Amino acid sequence: MIQQNGKTLLEVRGLCASVNGIDILKGIDLTVRSGEVHALMGPNGSGKSTFAKALAGHPSYVVTGGTVFYEGKNLLELKPEERARAGLFLGFQYPVEIPGVANSQFLRLAYNTVQAQRGKDELDPLEFDDFVREKMKLLEMNPDFLDRSVNEGFSGGEKKRNEVLQMALLEPRLAILDETDSGLDIDALRVVAGGINQLATKDNAIVLVTHYQRLLNYIVPDYVHVMDAGRIVKTGGKELALELETRGYDWVGAEHEAAAKATA
Amino acid sequence: MSTVLQNLVNQPYKHGFVTEIESDVAPKGLNEDTIRLISIKKTEPQWLLDFRLEAYRHWLEMDEPKWPNVHYPKIDFQSISYYSAPKAKPKLSSMDEVDPELLRTFEKLGVPMNERAVLAGVAVDVIFDSVSVATTYKEKLAEVGIIFCSISEAVHKHPELVRKYLGTVVPAGDNYYAALNSAVFTDGSFCFIPKGVKCPMDLSTYFRINTQDSGQFERTLIVAEEGASVSYLEGCTAPKFDTNQLHAAVVELVALDRADIKYSTVQNWYAGDENGVGGIYNFVTKRGLCKGVDSRISWTQVETGSAITWKYPSCVLLGDNSIGEFYSVALTNNYQQADTGTKMIHIGKNTRSTIVSKGISAGRSNNSYRGLVKIGAKADGARNYSQCDSMLIGDRCGANTFPYIQVNNNTAVVEHEASTSKIGEDQLFYFAQRGIGAEEAVSMIINGFCKTVFQQLPMEFAVEATKLLGLKLEGSVG
Repeated sequence: MIQQNGKTLLEVRGLCASVNGIDILKGIDLTVRSGEVHALMGPNGSGKSTFAKALAGHPSYVVTGGTVFYEGKNLLELKPEERARAGLFLGFQYPVEIPGVANSQFLRLAYNTVQAQRGKDELDPLEFDDFVREKMKLLEMNPDFLDRSVNEGFSGGEKKRNEVLQMALLEPRLAILDETDSGLDIDALRVVAGGINQLATKDNAIVLVTHYQRLLNYIVPDYVHVMDAGRIVKTGGKELALELETRGYDWVGAEHEAAAKATA
Repeated sequence: MSTVLQNLVNQPYKHGFVTEIESDVAPKGLNEDTIRLISIKKTEPQWLLDFRLEAYRHWLEMDEPKWPNVHYPKIDFQSISYYSAPKAKPKLSSMDEVDPELLRTFEKLGVPMNERAVLAGVAVDVIFDSVSVATTYKEKLAEVGIIFCSISEAVHKHPELVRKYLGTVVPAGDNYYAALNSAVFTDGSFCFIPKGVKCPMDLSTYFRINTQDSGQFERTLIVAEEGASVSYLEGCTAPKFDTNQLHAAVVELVALDRADIKYSTVQNWYAGDENGVGGIYNFVTKRGLCKGVDSRISWTQVETGSAITWKYPSCVLLGDNSIGEFYSVALTNNYQQADTGTKMIHIGKNTRSTIVSKGISAGRSNNSYRGLVKIGAKADGARNYSQCDSMLIGDRCGANTFPYIQVNNNTAVVEHEASTSKIGEDQLFYFAQRGIGAEEAVSMIINGFCKTVFQQLPMEFAVEATKLLGLKLEGSVG
């Protein structure tokens, strides 16, 4: 929720980025304060996932212009793992499979790495097992997940739950969830959304990248942004998502173009 | 491939140094006189010279195998010196008498000799070039009737045993490189576990190639009599050279009724530099014969070195209910080429075999698994399970699987599973996004991938193998 004295977590100004030499982001401005939930919506190919990955520092996504400050630090100077340790979390749209690495082992290493960064105690395998099982209850996950290889053979919904489980373990300051709702049936959506809601506090912030309004029935955003052709073209409150649901995206783009012409 | 990955896989070889010890090197070239010279140098009996000459005559009529998926310039067998021994010194009875230079070499390699050997309970039969320098624990083993010595010594002290078993699993004319080895082998290990004896400790040998341009031809023979069991460890490392060194070893295992032989290898020979210059050519014939009923032979190998690896540790399952196992990790990097796998030949009834092969390719390397499962007409109820997994690191390397299955008995059950996976940018990014750096990520992925094989290794060897793979793939990240 919007707070009077919310601390600025993320400040993006004029961000431009390209993939394989093709410009995708063409000047994004976004400010996120602690306690807020933002929804980033827009048609396919508008640059939502590119924006998420560029913030997380994926090596294939090259920042070509603009600035990004995260808790007052220049985010673009940090390596991907440093961004993660600083509390920036990306919930992947398509989590990769890592054969042969047990989920429990992976989760514990990730958890301990972030704990160490925060100067907190690391957990041994037994302590961690108790800890992670508690967190899994939140997402109604079967403990069998711990013994399986990371994401290997997981259904779409299972992968998404595993992403939110990681968010629950790592307690990020800023979580960007890239289409965490896709691939979930209605019951799973309720559970996952419930989990995310429980993780939202006044000290952190969440950016939900989504196509659909239905996720926003469960997680109510403070701001809804519409992306088109690599820019944020409209920002509104939660009502904007409902309007998009009935009217589609085209009118937003048209309106933006008309406004641009009027000023020109 | 990203620079992070490139840094990871381009670690220089850490064991590249040459020990300066005076060597007694035979003139280059191979003919019957060379073979007679080796035999004289080693004061061998006539039957062994005859064995060598017969092998040599076979070899002359054979052609180098062309079928492996490896490419290298033609080897000039006349430019190799076939005998190299540290200058003759009186036989040593304790470690104190060993050349300090040699000890320092082992120190650098982390060979568990002297105190470490005692603590670890490992008997190390140290092979330095071609002649045994020191053997520890021999007396302790002798108490239970185990013979563990160099094969040269066995030829003199236990000629009847060597003569009875030598060449019975890998005949002198078996293949091109085995024939060459049979003709010119200079030393190796001999191990004999008598009836009913469980070897009280793991037996270990370190091989080391030292003299430049001296081809090395080891010969190892392990015999476990009825109800006996032994675990044998072979570890290898070699100094850095620019010219290719040929290595063609032969290992023969014989398991009689209810005997159990476990043979584990961790191999880290010089693989050439990052441009593919230099490195060891490793053409090895390893074969075990499950001669008796209920016998078992298990091969475990972790292959990380050599410019070229051509190696198929195999089991001939002759005795009814006998078991053959092959667990392998083969890692190739830069321009390394490996064509490795196994053969499981089922002859007896209810014989079983398991094959687990994990190939890891990085850089511009090429890694092939080649395996044969053959079920003979009389092998009623035979079973085989094969699993061949390949992992690619980066996008310039290759992995191939060549499974051959021949079944001549319709009661047999043969299963084959294969998979290929890739460590790419996206996987490393996934780890990074959870705060885990590339080095740790690669090590975790590789160790997870190899887990089923590492579990087969004796404890301290498993630790060494894990470190070795880390060393091969870790690096100056970022």
